[in-house]
Amino acid sequence: MLRVIGKRIALLIPTLIGLSILLFLWVRSPPGGPATALLGEKATPEAIARVNELYGFDRPLLTQYLTYVGRLLQGDFGVSINTGRPVLEEFATRFPATLELTVVALVFAIGVGVPLGYFAARYYGRFLDHSSVVLSLVGITVPVFFLAFILKYIFAIQWGILPPDGRQNPRIDATHVTEFYVLDGMLTGEYDAAWDAFLHLILPGLALGTIPLAIIVRITRASVLEVQNADYVRTARAKGLMERTIRGSFILRNAMLPVVTTIGLQLGLLISGAVLTETVFAFNGIGRFLRDAIFGLDYPVLQGFIIFIAILYALINLIVDLSYSVIDPRVRVQ
Amino acid sequence: MSVTLPTGAGGPAEPTGPSLDSGRGTGLWKDAFLRLRRNPQAIVGAVIIGLFLLVAILAPILAPYGGNELPGRTSITPTTIPGPGEIDGFPLGLDRFGGDVLSKLIWGAQASLLIGVVSTALGLAGGMLLGVLAGGLGGWVDNVIMRFVDILLSVPNLLLAVSIAAVLGQSSYAIMIAIGVSQIPIFARLLRSSMLSQRGADYILAAQTLGLSRRTITMSHLLPNSMGPVIVQATLTLATAVIDAAALSFLGLGGGLPQAAEWGRMLTYAQAELAVAPQLAFLPGACIAITALGFTLLGESLREALDPKTRRK
Repeated sequence: MLRVIGKRIALLIPTLIGLSILLFLWVRSPPGGPATALLGEKATPEAIARVNELYGFDRPLLTQYLTYVGRLLQGDFGVSINTGRPVLEEFATRFPATLELTVVALVFAIGVGVPLGYFAARYYGRFLDHSSVVLSLVGITVPVFFLAFILKYIFAIQWGILPPDGRQNPRIDATHVTEFYVLDGMLTGEYDAAWDAFLHLILPGLALGTIPLAIIVRITRASVLEVQNADYVRTARAKGLMERTIRGSFILRNAMLPVVTTIGLQLGLLISGAVLTETVFAFNGIGRFLRDAIFGLDYPVLQGFIIFIAILYALINLIVDLSYSVIDPRVRVQ
Repeated sequence: MSVTLPTGAGGPAEPTGPSLDSGRGTGLWKDAFLRLRRNPQAIVGAVIIGLFLLVAILAPILAPYGGNELPGRTSITPTTIPGPGEIDGFPLGLDRFGGDVLSKLIWGAQASLLIGVVSTALGLAGGMLLGVLAGGLGGWVDNVIMRFVDILLSVPNLLLAVSIAAVLGQSSYAIMIAIGVSQIPIFARLLRSSMLSQRGADYILAAQTLGLSRRTITMSHLLPNSMGPVIVQATLTLATAVIDAAALSFLGLGGGLPQAAEWGRMLTYAQAELAVAPQLAFLPGACIAITALGFTLLGESLREALDPKTRRK
């Protein structure tokens, strides 16, 4: 088991080296060089020279690259151009917000998606099945930012039952220990603050979770359809096992493998979706920070973020692979 | 938002009509077309796409005003934006700039079509080139290309597009290139695996026995027979491209005039007026969703029609 994990992490290294080279060249690719891109086309040569010296753009490419990688290895992702604070520090204060949002989105997507897909397959060809197919199609084709608008309009503006934007009502004076607002409220005993933070998560969470939800419904449905006619299910029935045992231990468990893979693959979608969702809901997470970085051409932030996501992506895939052995003894790794 | 669609339902194959059982050998594509014609899902998709194409191409005739024109500039104030039917001559009302919403939706179709088609063509061309090289040559070329593809795939699709667009500067060309490039790895990997799965086929062995050159075998035998999944993916990619393009211009990467007629851009500016003029968000949003739906329906029906598991002998 440990060897498998070690091997997988070793395989990640070439990808990360390649990615770091691409990112390194990417920053240096804009026409006129990075300094011009930062300062604008009307920048004076002196200003450009100053920026070049500050960021080392005037040194040989190889030296620049080695310095860059050396710093990365020491956990130094550089300093944000927009805010002047270290990139890692910026991430650390904002990532909890996005993680909170992503968790709500995933809980919604899995909690609704798996049962819906399962029952759609169980009642194949019936009304529930047809509506789940239509629903998942709609979920895939409606852009997440448009969905965010619809939810905001109905629940926040028309009915006024949920907050339209932000992470917490600014009038609530909450203490923050972990930057996870809901958790903070629970830890400090400020339950109304926790509840308020949770209410702020519902609309963005629903918007963000809908596409993964649609995909999970489809995969679960297809997978259950395939498994429920398998020979071993027929055998289990012939043995006279209880229907509940058959459905739980035979069908659902075997059908979950592709579903788990799919859930792991949703991470990229969730991160991209977070950029858009957080923009609509003025939710101060990493997605919104990234959007500002895009406009300010805040290269250290963008570079750092992409590396961060690539590592996260790879780790999640590793966890997904390892979880197979828990679900399915047949693929238990040696 | 880019979505890789999972393989469709595992339900039993729809029974096909008698014309397929006539004993005449029908070709893969002809067979697929016959099956598509019978699939209501495909018809709905085709009708949506047809309408979309018609509107996009005939935009200069259909739209009452130009895309960047502001014919209602004098009828708006910061507090009043006339909605649908509230003001003569503008059936869907005005936006905050004084642009005619109907005209902008129509011109927006053209912009979406252009970005969708150009970026998908770009992704397809780049991906096919890499895929053919990797799948056809194998060996170290395959290794190098696939590692490169892995690197690109380690970054979520839309973020990749956003990063590329950010460097290229704000313009609709930047969006086309960004979305196109972000689709390359998907096409490359798909074509390669499709070619690999064909490599052991009998007809390839036959071609090798005949002494055909590797180039001929790759280009005239392997490639055409591996195109099915790629074409399906291209249809589905058109849907993602339309959505991604809207997302990028929603984020403000489109460049040009603020009142430019793009669906994504219209949503950006609808944000502030959501409470007073929700139609400014709902109309372009619905256009994006319906167009994406059309391409998705057609793409999925095409996949079903080409799937050997659901085809009847």
